[in-house]
Amino acid sequence: MTLSYRASAAFLAGLVVSVPGLLRAGQVVKIDGSSTVFPITEAVAEEFQKSTGNKVTVGISGTGGGFKKFARGETDVQNASRPIKEEEIKAAKEGGVEYLELPVAYDALTVVVNSKNDWVDSIKVSELKKLWEPAAQAKITKWSQVRNGWPDKEIKLYGAGSDSGTFDYFTEAINGKAKASRGDYTASEDDNVLVQGVEGDRHALGYMGYSYFDAHRKRLKALNIEWDEKGKPAVGPSEETVLNGTYNPLSRPLFIYVNLKSLEKPEVAAFVKFYLENVERLTKEVHYIPLPATAYEAVRARVANKQKGTAFAGHGDVAVPISEILQRSPVP
Amino acid sequence: MLPEKIIHDLERRARRRRAIDRWFGRLGMVLTLITLGILAVLLLNLAMSGLARIDWHFLTSFPSRRAAEAGILSAWVGTLLLMVVTASVAIPFGIAAGIYLEEYAPKNKWTDFIEINIANLAGVPSILYGLMALGLFVYSFRFGQSILSGGLALACLVLPIVIVATRESLRSIPATIREAAFALGATRWQAVWHHLLPYSTGGIATGVILAMSRAIGESAPLITIGALTFIAFLPPPAFLANPPFVSFEWLFSPYSALPIQMFNWVSRPGEEFHANAAAAGLVLMVITLSMNGVAILIRRRAQRNIHW
Repeated sequence: MTLSYRASAAFLAGLVVSVPGLLRAGQVVKIDGSSTVFPITEAVAEEFQKSTGNKVTVGISGTGGGFKKFARGETDVQNASRPIKEEEIKAAKEGGVEYLELPVAYDALTVVVNSKNDWVDSIKVSELKKLWEPAAQAKITKWSQVRNGWPDKEIKLYGAGSDSGTFDYFTEAINGKAKASRGDYTASEDDNVLVQGVEGDRHALGYMGYSYFDAHRKRLKALNIEWDEKGKPAVGPSEETVLNGTYNPLSRPLFIYVNLKSLEKPEVAAFVKFYLENVERLTKEVHYIPLPATAYEAVRARVANKQKGTAFAGHGDVAVPISEILQRSPVP
Repeated sequence: MLPEKIIHDLERRARRRRAIDRWFGRLGMVLTLITLGILAVLLLNLAMSGLARIDWHFLTSFPSRRAAEAGILSAWVGTLLLMVVTASVAIPFGIAAGIYLEEYAPKNKWTDFIEINIANLAGVPSILYGLMALGLFVYSFRFGQSILSGGLALACLVLPIVIVATRESLRSIPATIREAAFALGATRWQAVWHHLLPYSTGGIATGVILAMSRAIGESAPLITIGALTFIAFLPPPAFLANPPFVSFEWLFSPYSALPIQMFNWVSRPGEEFHANAAAAGLVLMVITLSMNGVAILIRRRAQRNIHW
């Protein structure tokens, strides 16, 4: 007992003595935000730290949680899997934070079926919702229940495990709410399990990251997605359709936001420069889709000219080609 | 003499009661084995996918995008430092509060109210403690997104467990011990310090084990208050070569923790990252078990000296 009392006394004394340590933050580039963008930024941070010796920290508070810190000026760079929202723009203004909006890569999902499946080439977003929403559990079990004319056979479902960003993204895009999904499907964090499952069953349907489909293209068939609520025609997944913004709603651009005041610090400026020089190569390595090379040039120009603000005016409209995003001039 | 029929009937009933007794014993054993079996399968599964990944490199490397190069250095150091802060706050505060409520506080509506609420606090979801700590420690006290904030948040989270355990084990000490001490002219504090605390160390140690085991596995409140996922440097050292020899700067350092690193790896595609997560899980278990081992040792030694 005496021991732990002594320890706590020492601890409290130490606390008082070391509070000035608070003010010495050191040369650390502080990044937080989306866990989807995290693998890309982590890769850049890892390489940057190795080649320059500057310290970088990356957190995963989520896009929303990260923007709160960013708007208070606590972080230098914000990872975002969607454009900044209206209330976040307001919060940043109140916090006196001006920022650059830099698209860095694309994220996309693919809905796949067995390669011997000959009755379906494209599926509507509303049909995917009917199939995957929580209310479908134990009720929608046959292909014929999804669309009249499809076979009266049991549909075997494969999807991402609930800990993955893929799961969050698919449920948000299709069911309208992140993590809202039926639970009676084969879930795996390991996409190889999903590939094998769909490959081995003629009546299977599943979803996975685009890069995984890309790696197993010969063994699976990707469905075209028809966004019927918005009156958009069916579009198949490919790098081209992802980049021109027509493959929706299952693809989205990923961003980093850079605090303009932080950019005056040499280590942050060096980090952003390093980011844009290496992101294309590193994006591929962590299984995302890089922007076209010309787009990165435009992004670099945005940094050079310090074109602050957002090009989305607080609306997360997703069906925009990357070339158009970069042509718009950002509004502070 | 009772008629044959009645004796027969009594014997039959007794046999039935004994049969029920035997059956319950068997059922209990089977259920215990099932529970232990599930635990064993879980551990075995973790060991099978993770054990091969644990080596010196894994323990001494920082996170990386390449699963094979990634390590948990910043995570396990962060977890250990968090536990130091949590333990040095939650244990003395929890025990002191327990002693006050059990031995000093008058029994009235107010203390009943406090008692109910402490029990309720033990059941509050951990994310709420994270939100509370974000407002209080990170912003109001300006501790920042530091080990100190994280450790204090976890300390608040497990404080009720320590308080309840302290009270329970004080309550289990016979009232005659207190009366004997008072009869000899001891003050309340003397009774607590020389008798009640030493006798209840075993129960308190159990509470501390439970509390620390809960704290070490938490990730939600830490993510809320800004624990990091990628951090490739360590906090400044606590001990220095030159005077004043001790530094508390590490308290204000950014940090990561093992559950957060695991959470991140589990959500990454690819089997290799999952092996990393399992390996980190094993390390977390080893840390938890050795912490508990220390507490069990303390309990053993304390109980050896009790002679009622």
